Amino acid sequence: MPLSIRVSGTAEMNAPVSLTLQTSATSSGFRDAIGLLWRDKLATLSAILLLIVLVCVLLGPWLLADKARAVNLMARNAPPFSIDKGWMFFLGADALGRSLLARIIVASQNTMVIATSAVCLSLVLGGLFGLIAGYKGGWVSALLLRLADAIMSFPSMLLAVIVLFVFDPGITNVIFVLAISRIPIFLRTVRAEVLEIKERMFVTAARAMGARTDRILLRHIAPMVLPTVINLAALEIAFVMLVESGLSFLGIGIQPPEVTWGLMVADGRNYLGSAWWLAFWPGVAIMLVTMALNLLSNWLRVVTDPVERWRLQTTVSRHD
Amino acid sequence: MGSFIFKRSLQSVFSLVVLIILVFFLARMTGSPADLYLPQDASLEVRNQFNEQLGFNDPLYVQFGRFFWGLLHFDMGQSLQFSRPAVEVVLQAFPTTLTLAAITMPLVLLLSIVTGSLAAFRPGGVFDRLASFISLIGASTPNFWVAIVGVLVFAVTLRVLPTSGTGTPLHWVLPVAVLMLRPTGVLVQVVRTSMMTALSSAYIKTARAKGVGSRAIVFVHALRNGLLPVITVASDQAAGIVNGAVIVETVFGFPGIGKLMIDSVMLRDFAVIQAAVLVTALAVFIINIIVDITYALVDPRIRYS
Repeated sequence: MPLSIRVSGTAEMNAPVSLTLQTSATSSGFRDAIGLLWRDKLATLSAILLLIVLVCVLLGPWLLADKARAVNLMARNAPPFSIDKGWMFFLGADALGRSLLARIIVASQNTMVIATSAVCLSLVLGGLFGLIAGYKGGWVSALLLRLADAIMSFPSMLLAVIVLFVFDPGITNVIFVLAISRIPIFLRTVRAEVLEIKERMFVTAARAMGARTDRILLRHIAPMVLPTVINLAALEIAFVMLVESGLSFLGIGIQPPEVTWGLMVADGRNYLGSAWWLAFWPGVAIMLVTMALNLLSNWLRVVTDPVERWRLQTTVSRHD
Repeated sequence: MGSFIFKRSLQSVFSLVVLIILVFFLARMTGSPADLYLPQDASLEVRNQFNEQLGFNDPLYVQFGRFFWGLLHFDMGQSLQFSRPAVEVVLQAFPTTLTLAAITMPLVLLLSIVTGSLAAFRPGGVFDRLASFISLIGASTPNFWVAIVGVLVFAVTLRVLPTSGTGTPLHWVLPVAVLMLRPTGVLVQVVRTSMMTALSSAYIKTARAKGVGSRAIVFVHALRNGLLPVITVASDQAAGIVNGAVIVETVFGFPGIGKLMIDSVMLRDFAVIQAAVLVTALAVFIINIIVDITYALVDPRIRYS
């Protein structure tokens, strides 16, 4: 196996690329990724936290829905950090004596489902429009960009407020509103990438071989844009989660009896003087998940960017 | 430069028109003001009279035509909740928001440029790690949560700051601090990344070889080149505040444009919603033009012709 391969244009790239080849020859791609993740302790922690949240999202409401609803007057406004009443009350209880921990775990489902589905929706729509706008150019591109501008210049909070006033603020409508307001970000990012990629040789080659436009866009260009878009999506999930909790906080997002972390903060606001933990813990949950998504997306950017990847891999060679 | 501003304005007019149409029809979909402003047992006659007086009985396209015609004469209609011209109401609330933005953004820029540059100067050092982590916390924390925790700590427990309202300079401390949080967190990271790129370029090596001091290298040579992406992100954040710092204004009872917009939606005060959206959109447009001009000032290679 050649120890170094010439990569177009970048002479310094020889060493890192050969390293990748060595590691990938001995282990699978998955183990490779885990290894790279392990080098970055903060990213590892984030991944573990997000996995825990994922478990809460999938199993939480199924296991703890009753506990989260159970009114226990003995535990009214129970303060946190005491386990006299069991672990369920470690984070305290609300004015009806419902376990805060159980409520946070149950609320994780709505919070995360709204954020991820809104971002997935705007990723697909914004991505498609971005591909078209970047590849076609001309009036189609101009029209799409101006529409995106119009959405962007609309104060996003106001758009959400009006739309949720018109349609009732159920989970689906909240998802749609958030998705629409984030489409421009994906549209612009994808368009900018496509503008550069479509000039490259392999696109010209595909066109010369008679590939149809949809095939060129989806099979040749889309995979090239994907790393950027996935990275952006992680950041967007974090941002949309903040916006959604803001909406819930203002009382125009999800309505009770459904519950999200933002709504829990809003409810706790009335008990700020007497039971600070009601508003405190859900906010911490939002903060931690947002941080984890940010850290993981940073890590993802470094790993997928060949120019920056050596930062993680030089430590690999040093340790081995 | 003049023709550039003209071209940009022309582009923005299209977005603005789409925006106006959207606001007009979306606002009217929220329901009839008659349900809110008249007593519940008001007779049909009274309702009809109310709607007739305010022109809500006409078909929507007639209403839109009238609104558009008024717009061309700088007349945005009457506010229902205040019985005053809508423009007046909006222009009364807007300075509060603008002042919030005008105090917040310079502080954000100063703090994030200094912190980000110092962090980039020794990547991986103690200061860099600390700055990166704290800025991440800043960018990740929901601001309504910080706002109420801030009220709890500084107003309820320590009693050093007022809980809400305006009046003394002390009233501005918490709102500005909360507003600064996310933009500073985001910008420190942007400054750091772009300064790291700038600091690793050839002309910095030349400057070092010439024996230029490290402070001059960071803040004179590299900063000017690393500033472009910072300006872009900073303008986005500033636009966000100008568009209405809804949550901060609500929590701290600031009579700004964000709070006015939300209140107007709740009270179906269509004229005020339209005027507020239009005024903020114009303000954001002006910010964008200023940003484009700053680009050219910072980087002489950028020319608009």
